[in-house]
Amino acid sequence: MSRYSALALLRGALTGQRHWQPAWRDAVPKKSYDVVIIGGGGHGLATAYYLARHHGLRNIAVVEKSWIGGGNTGRNTTIVRSNYRQAPLHNFFEMALKLWEGMSDDLNFNVMFSPRGALFLGHSDSDMRQLAERGDALACDGIDAELLSRDQVAKLVPLLDMADTARFPIQGGMIQRRGGTARHDAVAWGYARAADALGVDIIQNCEVTGFSMAGGRVTGVETTRGPIGADKVGICVAGNSGHVAGLAGIRLPIEAQTLQAFVTEPVKPMIDTVIMSQSLHCYISQSDKGGIVLGGDPDQFPSYAQRGLAPRLEKTAAEAIALVPALSRLRMVRCWSGTTDMSFDGSPIISALPVDGLYLNGGWCYGGFKATPGSGLAYAQLLATGVPHPLAAGFGLDRFARGATIDEAGVGPWPQAR
Amino acid sequence: MLRIDCPHCGPRAQVEFTYERTRDSIVTLAMTPNEAMNTLYSRANPRGWDEELWRHSYGCRQWLLIRRHRTTHAIDSVTPC
Ligand SMILES: Cc1cc2nc3c(=O)[nH]c(=O)nc-3n(C[C@H](O)[C@H](O)[C@H](O)COP(=O)(O)OP(=O)(O)OC[C@H]3O[C@@H](n4cnc5c(N)ncnc54)[C@H](O)[C@@H]3O)c2cc1C
Ligand SMILES: [Zn+2]
Repeated sequence: MSRYSALALLRGALTGQRHWQPAWRDAVPKKSYDVVIIGGGGHGLATAYYLARHHGLRNIAVVEKSWIGGGNTGRNTTIVRSNYRQAPLHNFFEMALKLWEGMSDDLNFNVMFSPRGALFLGHSDSDMRQLAERGDALACDGIDAELLSRDQVAKLVPLLDMADTARFPIQGGMIQRRGGTARHDAVAWGYARAADALGVDIIQNCEVTGFSMAGGRVTGVETTRGPIGADKVGICVAGNSGHVAGLAGIRLPIEAQTLQAFVTEPVKPMIDTVIMSQSLHCYISQSDKGGIVLGGDPDQFPSYAQRGLAPRLEKTAAEAIALVPALSRLRMVRCWSGTTDMSFDGSPIISALPVDGLYLNGGWCYGGFKATPGSGLAYAQLLATGVPHPLAAGFGLDRFARGATIDEAGVGPWPQAR
Repeated sequence: MLRIDCPHCGPRAQVEFTYERTRDSIVTLAMTPNEAMNTLYSRANPRGWDEELWRHSYGCRQWLLIRRHRTTHAIDSVTPC
């Protein structure tokens, strides 16, 4: 792999930029691998990269049913932050956030990580109390959290409706200044290129359709491009977790649901932070191209359709316009949806499965983009050594039976928590 | 949007209804703790047909059993329950 650099670009200028090579090989499946990762999203590609980079494995394949990064990696609203209330979550996401900070250098690929601040608005005394409590919990673990007054919020985002008569009056907020956004496609491509350089085979247009097993152990996968042998298989298919685990006869505490997002026409910079809310479910940011990116609640019934319902968009747009009235002048140019793996406590599962050699990384709900590097790192460790990463030790599948769920929203066994 | 044909109220917009859970995840009093846990916390989650409990929350408020396809969103049957 030739390194990307300003010098290489200049040198390329002398030869008409004809030096560019494909960023990864289009691999043909071999007969067998030490580890097969199912799913070429950010998480699967990061897992393969860290398996090669940290654990010295070289015989690895990532098997993707369509094109890499075409799932939720390429459909999400790219918000990156670590400011969750529960310690097992914020400590894990903080590990991931630190990896985001160095990712472009580490991968030699510009993922355009932009720590522009992740702001939660508070609309009531109770919101402010909860934000303060969350901030204290974060501070106890050394994670940055800053409680903002009403005036500070008004100064930070001048376009917010700060009137007392606003539909959602704003009392203050809490910001994580190190949070922000990143370029989603670049994350998939960056990990793919770096993993490929370490010998990982990235096999696209190859859907896993079944598992081969012998003596209660997985021995490989059946695919649309023929059988592939494997010592270990790691499922990493986001919204398709239930379907793929089902191919091995396993039922999971996960239900697939649709989450939508949409974007407006591009405009000059108007919002330079990520806006979220403690009470509403609407998140707003401005992409580098200038479009305002908006997302809200999932559709809240099971679906694999990657196609959402209009009322959800309407609700999200109504909330966004109430918060930032100027948005009412913009046209929506695109909307899309992804299939999310909603777990029953809203937290991820990085775990061995009840079939030897078979593992699961899923249940990220609609908050897994920010986890990408941490998820890959922790899953690689589990796959390579059989021992969970210490910061992911609480994400085992056994937590449901033990009553040790990590329920950030505090809503019980429902697949609609955040 | 889905149009759900409520057996009590006729065809109504999906926003009036709330999804509750799948038919096979109803916990009964006769279950052992282990059975109850598995029933409550795990799902077949098929990329195809499943039977689901919905409620006509903003209509007649009755519980309904809906057989529905999770990829095409086709509704095969809606019955009172
Ligand atoms: C609209 C939307 C907005 C979101 N916003 C945010 C956000 O702002 N911040 C945040 O942190 N998270 C967000 N998320 C969640 C985040 O996108 C996901 O949690 C995360 O991308 C999951 O990562 P992944 O790489 O595992 O998934 P994916 O990119 O979906 O990768 C899984 C891959 O598996 C492949 N696959 C599936 N079945 C098979 C099979 N049988 N064989 C082979 N391959 C298979 C799929 O094609 C897919 O490419 C959002 C999600 C959506 C849908
Ligand atoms: Zn009715």
